[in-house]
Amino acid sequence: MNFFVDENDRVDGIDKVTGKAKYFAEYQLPGLTYGVLVTSSITKGKITGIDTKAAKNAPGVLDVLSHLNKPVAPGYEQAGGSPMKIFYTDEIFFNGQPIALVVADSFERATYAASLVKVSYEKSAFNTDFVKSINNPSAKKLQGQPPYVRGTADAYKTAEVKIEQIYTMPIETHNPMELHGIIADWRTNDQVTVYAKTQGVKAAQATIANVFKIPQENIQVKSEFVGGGFGMALKTWPVEIATVMASKHLKRPVKLVITRDQMFTMVGNRPSAYQKVGLGATKDGKITGITHTAFGQTSVYENFTEGVVNMTKFMYDSDNVNTNYYVVPLDLSVPIWMRGPGEATGAFALESAIDEMAHALDMDPLEFRMKNDPEQDPQKKLPFSSKNIKEAYKLGSAKVGWSNRKNKPGSITEGAWQIGYGVSIGVFNASRGRATVKGILKADGTLVLQSATSDIGPGTGTGMVLIASKLMNIPVEKISFELGDSSLPPAPSQGGSTTLSTVGTAVNDVCVSLKSTIAELAANANMSTTANFVEVLKKNNLPMIEVTKQSQANQQGKEYSMYSFSIHFVQVKVHKLTGVVKVSKIVSVGDSGKIISPKTARSQMVGGAVGGIGMALTEEALLDNRYGKYVNNNFADYHVPVHADVPEIDVIFIDKPDYIVNPMGAKGMGEIALIGFAGAVANAVFNATGKRIRSLPITPDKVLEA
Amino acid sequence: MINFQYLRASVVKIALSLVSKDPKATFIAGGTNLIDLMKRGVTAPEKLIDINKLPLAQIELKNNVLHIGAMVSNSALAEDSIVKEQFPLLALALQSGASAQLRNVATVGGNMMQRTRCGYFYDTTMPCNKRQPGTGCGAIGGYNRMHAIFGTSESCIAVHPSDMCVGLVALDAQVVIANAKGERKISFADFHRLPGSTPEKDNNLQKGELIVRLEIPTNNLYKNFHYLKVRDRSSYAFALVSVAAALEISQGIIKNARLAMGGVAHKPWRLVEAENFLKGKTANASNFEDAARIAMYGAKGFGENDFKLKLAPNSIIEALTVAKAKA
Ligand SMILES: Cc1cc2nc3c(=O)[nH]c(=O)nc-3n(C[C@H](O)[C@H](O)[C@H](O)COP(=O)(O)OP(=O)(O)OC[C@H]3O[C@@H](n4cnc5c(N)ncnc54)[C@H](O)[C@@H]3O)c2cc1C
Ligand code: SF4
Repeated sequence: MNFFVDENDRVDGIDKVTGKAKYFAEYQLPGLTYGVLVTSSITKGKITGIDTKAAKNAPGVLDVLSHLNKPVAPGYEQAGGSPMKIFYTDEIFFNGQPIALVVADSFERATYAASLVKVSYEKSAFNTDFVKSINNPSAKKLQGQPPYVRGTADAYKTAEVKIEQIYTMPIETHNPMELHGIIADWRTNDQVTVYAKTQGVKAAQATIANVFKIPQENIQVKSEFVGGGFGMALKTWPVEIATVMASKHLKRPVKLVITRDQMFTMVGNRPSAYQKVGLGATKDGKITGITHTAFGQTSVYENFTEGVVNMTKFMYDSDNVNTNYYVVPLDLSVPIWMRGPGEATGAFALESAIDEMAHALDMDPLEFRMKNDPEQDPQKKLPFSSKNIKEAYKLGSAKVGWSNRKNKPGSITEGAWQIGYGVSIGVFNASRGRATVKGILKADGTLVLQSATSDIGPGTGTGMVLIASKLMNIPVEKISFELGDSSLPPAPSQGGSTTLSTVGTAVNDVCVSLKSTIAELAANANMSTTANFVEVLKKNNLPMIEVTKQSQANQQGKEYSMYSFSIHFVQVKVHKLTGVVKVSKIVSVGDSGKIISPKTARSQMVGGAVGGIGMALTEEALLDNRYGKYVNNNFADYHVPVHADVPEIDVIFIDKPDYIVNPMGAKGMGEIALIGFAGAVANAVFNATGKRIRSLPITPDKVLEA
Repeated sequence: MINFQYLRASVVKIALSLVSKDPKATFIAGGTNLIDLMKRGVTAPEKLIDINKLPLAQIELKNNVLHIGAMVSNSALAEDSIVKEQFPLLALALQSGASAQLRNVATVGGNMMQRTRCGYFYDTTMPCNKRQPGTGCGAIGGYNRMHAIFGTSESCIAVHPSDMCVGLVALDAQVVIANAKGERKISFADFHRLPGSTPEKDNNLQKGELIVRLEIPTNNLYKNFHYLKVRDRSSYAFALVSVAAALEISQGIIKNARLAMGGVAHKPWRLVEAENFLKGKTANASNFEDAARIAMYGAKGFGENDFKLKLAPNSIIEALTVAKAKA
């Protein structure tokens, strides 16, 4: 009964919607115990005492771990303090820091016992105020990236027309539906199995091996299904290490699932940003100078930087570009990459400024962008491996109805609503790394592919199966792709939109090799070289053949500049009296090479647009800097978009292969789906109202008061 | 969270006696607010009396008065045919609240009794006079974008988060309360309180009392009405400001007007002076603007919520405009 199945469906779609797919927290191990964290209620200082007596005496409690009983972690004895060594010191770096783990025979009992742990502290002064620190010359700032200068620095200052503006963004949290956590099962002879929520099973394996100083082979990390990551599962977090410690210490499997409010403090976030963009142009619309200075937040105990100013260096054709990027260490938990990392932040500022300049020049922002679109990469001085931006502009603008747009803001009204259109571009690196794939071609007509990559939702298995299906001419239902297990052939973590390109290339190589082996076997058996592999294997008395291939990172980076691009068009409606903004139309155009898996690729773009609405209009983790604490750390008050916020989304793909990047001609697209989106919304709000909102999210109050 | 006892009552009298005798006992209806408060450690009842089986889930029109049982779910009330026809303002207010899943289990009584969503109230490590009298108000000088502009006190600036209640106060509802002695009836407008120096008290229900039903007199306000909820996303968000507006218009003249606001005070905020101003006036933009201005007398911002001083009157104008335009 597969009337609703077509070859583009997710290979694991039915498992996911029927509940057959098993996520980490669903594994039931014999003797499983449950961990619940005790967290710091102060923001900075020292723990002076932890009273665990009552907790230890509570029913069902096995033990309470903290720095006082310092569970064994030989890797922690080495120098260096980054990343945070959990239960290693009495120091408090941020509010909500995990300081003890209570393990009991049920989650409820562990939760109750955790409430009985009494902690005393010695408080010190702290600082979590990002904007205040930027404006305070004596607050510490670290260089986040070497300064970049092409031509003359600050050339915009002497331009015929210039723009100089500040753009800000709050902390955003990943908060996928699935809560973070892990099950650790440390058995005799230092054999460890962990069921994790991770974007990198090999990376998790290496981290655990490093901390506990046991051979990697002793550790098996399983993470077949992940309920969303968006970047937060790119790291094995201290709380996961704590769980492994507990399992080792208690000789029992231990499960930890953190709470929604802990999702705000224990597993990273997209750091807040403060960006200044200076843009200069001639009166007829040629950009003569761009200066982009960005600040992001980081933590005091571990540094985090990202590519906030990357795109500014090559997106527009300007002889003079200079960028600088600093991070401000605050007494908050460390950020981590979040979908479209850095670039999404930078794109909001750059693309808003571009729109502001177009307005100052009284030019259509599309025309202004096209006029300054570089033929080759002005930073690397290399040709682009492929770039179809002009075509993307054309297709997208036609679809969204750009010709209805008026250059003069506030020109279109519909009752109480003002209507506007906005556009923005997104870009992300499209290079690839190294991965190994094993292929097992069987005489029963099936093909099994294996690699220790992950699928946090994009449809990795589906894409890989489609690549193999096309190359091998085997129907998709006869191919399976095994992932999410560290014992499979190594692959990098799923991040930076590289999986399809990286692992896909190894799949490609495996298939090419299998085909030539089959051709050889056919020749040996005097069969036609186009004979079906099942016949060939049978004739040769082989139940199966196996091939393992490692594909290398591509070297073409020396000759070509390789990027994926997206153009986002939106129409918004802004209510004149209440300031409410509704995104009423979305057209996202992806220029990311050949589209391998049309359905999941579209889903990626749709997900990016929804995330983009969140970034543009609703998402903001609010800190009370008097306490260093979040005040909206739950899903009622941290607003991700709901269905009613999302209009129908049109996705257009250019779908032209780029064989320089990889043999499939496909480039990654997870990041570009989001990058640039918020800028398009801000630009549309301006076009609707004449109000330029330079601070995300664009909530009704900001529109009303602008 | 501590261990608690759970009992289910199917007779009002028993429910009342179980709670009035025991200081640590409380009623539980849909549980959508109470359970969250227990999980966060804001409240720790030792005995829960489940009142879902009480025979209080009827909606009936008797002698031109609509009787709504306290256990009627928010979605059943919003979907009721009499409510939709004769009290559409209430239906609209209900539908603006929470999410479909929550409305399915949330009850009328629970909705009235729900506590503020002030973040400091929910976080037991922060100061909050409402949760723990005398500890101070975290929101004053802190994050107060969602907070009140009317009827605040030095001890608390929280808002009552309900949408349903804004509709009810505009419709002149009465609250019927049962206690050990029998029943008493108070006007909906007097049910909730202003914080004053006792912000720990949200309303005038006494310990051991049970809301049994609401009564709403029929009216001519079912034609020109609107419930406008301005919020940070299109659904599943509490109001920044909400307005319940209903007009009885005859030949362009306003014969009767009802106006109330949510998201602006510690209680659903009825705008009697603005209503009185509108009565007898022409239903036009300039009178709506004047009414909005009158409604704002005495409003005061606390920094982050200053925008409400502009959003609130604008929302009143918009709600009246939409109400008038309804045919
Ligand atoms: C995420 C989220 C979003 C929400 N958004 C909105 C929104 O936008 N608008 C809105 O209006 N509401 C919203 N709500 C609140 C929701 O409407 C309330 O939680 C719900 O109405 C409470 O009803 P309940 O029956 O579940 O009450 P319970 O949680 O069972 O009880 C709440 C309190 O009322 C008491 N109680 C219940 N019934 C009676 C009675 N008959 N007599 C005396 N005391 C009684 C209980 O003892 C308890 O103290 C939201 C809630 C959540 C969790
Ligand atoms: S506004 Fe009221 S509920 Fe909020 S912190 Fe102040 S006292 Fe507590």
